Amino acid sequence: MSLKSTLSAATALSLITATGAFAADPSATITIATVNNGDMIRMQGYTDKFTEETGIAVEWVTLEENVLRQRVTTDITTKGGAFDIMTIGMYETPIWGSNGWLVPLDDLSEEYNVGDLLPAMAGGLSYDGTLYAAPFYGESSMIMYRTDLMEAAGLEMPDAPTWEFIAEAAAAMTDRDADINGICLRGKAGWGEGGAFITAMSNSFGARWFDMDWNAQFDTEPWANTLNFYKEMMDASGPTGYATNGFNENLSLFNQGKCGMWIDATVAASFVTGDDSTVADSVGFALAPDTGLGKRSNWLWAWALAIPAGTQQEAEAKQFIEWATSTGYIDLVAENEGWANVPPGARTSLYENPNYQAVPFAQMTLDSILSADPNNSTVEPSPYVGIQFAAIPEFAGIATEVSQEFSAAYAGQQTVEEALEKAQAITNEAMEAAGYR
Amino acid sequence: MARSVTTKRKMITTAAAWTIGLIIFFPIYWTILTSFKTEAQAINDPPLFFAFDWTLENYAVVQERSDYMKFLWNSVIIAGGSTILGILVAIPAAWSMAFVPSKRTKDILLWMLSTKMLPAVGVLYPISLIFVEFNLLDTRGGLVVVLMLINLPIIVWMLYTYFKEIPGEILEAARMDGATLKEEILYVLTPMAIPGIASTVLLNFILAWNEAFWTLNLTASTAAPLTAFIASYSSPEGLFFAKLSAASTMAITPILILGWFSQKQLVRGLTFGAVK
Repeated sequence: MSLKSTLSAATALSLITATGAFAADPSATITIATVNNGDMIRMQGYTDKFTEETGIAVEWVTLEENVLRQRVTTDITTKGGAFDIMTIGMYETPIWGSNGWLVPLDDLSEEYNVGDLLPAMAGGLSYDGTLYAAPFYGESSMIMYRTDLMEAAGLEMPDAPTWEFIAEAAAAMTDRDADINGICLRGKAGWGEGGAFITAMSNSFGARWFDMDWNAQFDTEPWANTLNFYKEMMDASGPTGYATNGFNENLSLFNQGKCGMWIDATVAASFVTGDDSTVADSVGFALAPDTGLGKRSNWLWAWALAIPAGTQQEAEAKQFIEWATSTGYIDLVAENEGWANVPPGARTSLYENPNYQAVPFAQMTLDSILSADPNNSTVEPSPYVGIQFAAIPEFAGIATEVSQEFSAAYAGQQTVEEALEKAQAITNEAMEAAGYR
Repeated sequence: MARSVTTKRKMITTAAAWTIGLIIFFPIYWTILTSFKTEAQAINDPPLFFAFDWTLENYAVVQERSDYMKFLWNSVIIAGGSTILGILVAIPAAWSMAFVPSKRTKDILLWMLSTKMLPAVGVLYPISLIFVEFNLLDTRGGLVVVLMLINLPIIVWMLYTYFKEIPGEILEAARMDGATLKEEILYVLTPMAIPGIASTVLLNFILAWNEAFWTLNLTASTAAPLTAFIASYSSPEGLFFAKLSAASTMAITPILILGWFSQKQLVRGLTFGAVK
């Protein structure tokens, strides 16, 4: 082939590529952006049932949580229209709802029974009393602990323990020679990782992010108590390198029998009692600890399905949301995969179901969810909604920076006092720039 | 004596090269190895090197869950299309800079390169708005253009370096023989620069294949390439390392094969001229 014909072919191929690629798919489908976790993947497996029932095809875009957040935020703010349904959480829903970026879900069918949604979930996914996202599954956080190690330590876990007890139990269960750490907690930087944990923990120590005038509160005693308690306990009884451990790292340690206790998302209960766990038969559950100040250290979160305003397929999207978050879907999963695998934490009726009540972690999950109140999460009054976050657009950026300072303190790169000083400065500066102060 | 020093030096150099090579290759090796483990084996501590039950289950799950061929085809189209388009634009640009430079040629070359220093996220919103306006979101064509523009500075720089090595007198001789500008570039310059063009094409194809910011942010389902395929198996809440490794292995295999067969040209491309 001569050079000229080679170049001509290349040009032609390039043009074909471009023109063919610009062609749009004419078929009527809805596109859903979602996260990669067990419940969401399971739902994708049942999509064919939905298509069979309704004739609506579904395209899935599954992304890692942080990538998804960036992707859907860009799409909704530029009115990109790439998605008909977005999987979002309790942080985004009220903010996006208030901006008019989401379709209100105020006309769901009677059969759907909105009243059956757990009030904490429906409340966290609403703005101004209007539901903007339907919870697919909800979670709080709780203690998962090794019953055998607790027994060997001569202790008994109360249903609602204090942090003092947890530190004592962690020290008693720690056996460095056997590679057993008394307690595993998140320390990894990131507002949704270690940032979420320490914020929820700080609530139980009487701390808050902001006072009623949006002034940062990291220079107060409750924050110093929170961080010092966390660091001392983790240095004494936590795993090596805990400053970089997140959900997955701790799940891995717990499943290998290397954690006496783990305080994290209730959704992890099915993992630590599942097939991949080496300690599945000796796991107990308890409420997240407190310090007697009236607030526990558990959070509240839901992955929910929302429709971006401006979608061309609003009716079809609503149909899917009604299907995926219905009691019928829960029954479908239970029938095929057992009650332990149904999406938890969204509907009251699930917890009234005797079949589900037999699942070992069901009651503690419900109790944890019910004990979390995003509208009243702190001991002292605060101006924000949210437990492990403050539902303002600036929070994610600020909390990521603050959690980086905290992680540096956990790793011994700076003192707790230095981390808190920096957190105070970072937060006040950002809030001033954003016009809150 | 001198001979033994040379041999010793050779041995040290060889050992160092192998050590560095193995260190660089280790993450790929570990990814491939993990893809044949169960999820529980993937997180085992101490790590399992060979003594585990090898399984193809992860590949079966990934195949069942995702349409691999669709992602692969999109990657081929996007990486191939952007490379071809980039070469078509870069050859005339590099020719003019190499053979008819102006006072500002060097400044332009440096300015072009400086655009690579801009964090991609800094222009996420402008590019997204342009894509929305022109209905380019989730289209392979849109990505072909964006990736071509992103990699264009590197292509131009590489070609410019190759072209500079070609004596201008040869082109002058062609002109004296009556060659037009088009003929000069097509029949004289390009054949002489084929090795350089080939290595530039290969390097650009690899860069486009691996690009994971724009390909994730400007696609949804239709035009998503293999980077999106990998991203769909990453999760901060759930242990899916074995499946993620299987997806990664499937995504990197085509480019590894291409790299293996074209390593001679690639090495030349990476060690030649301005980028050496």
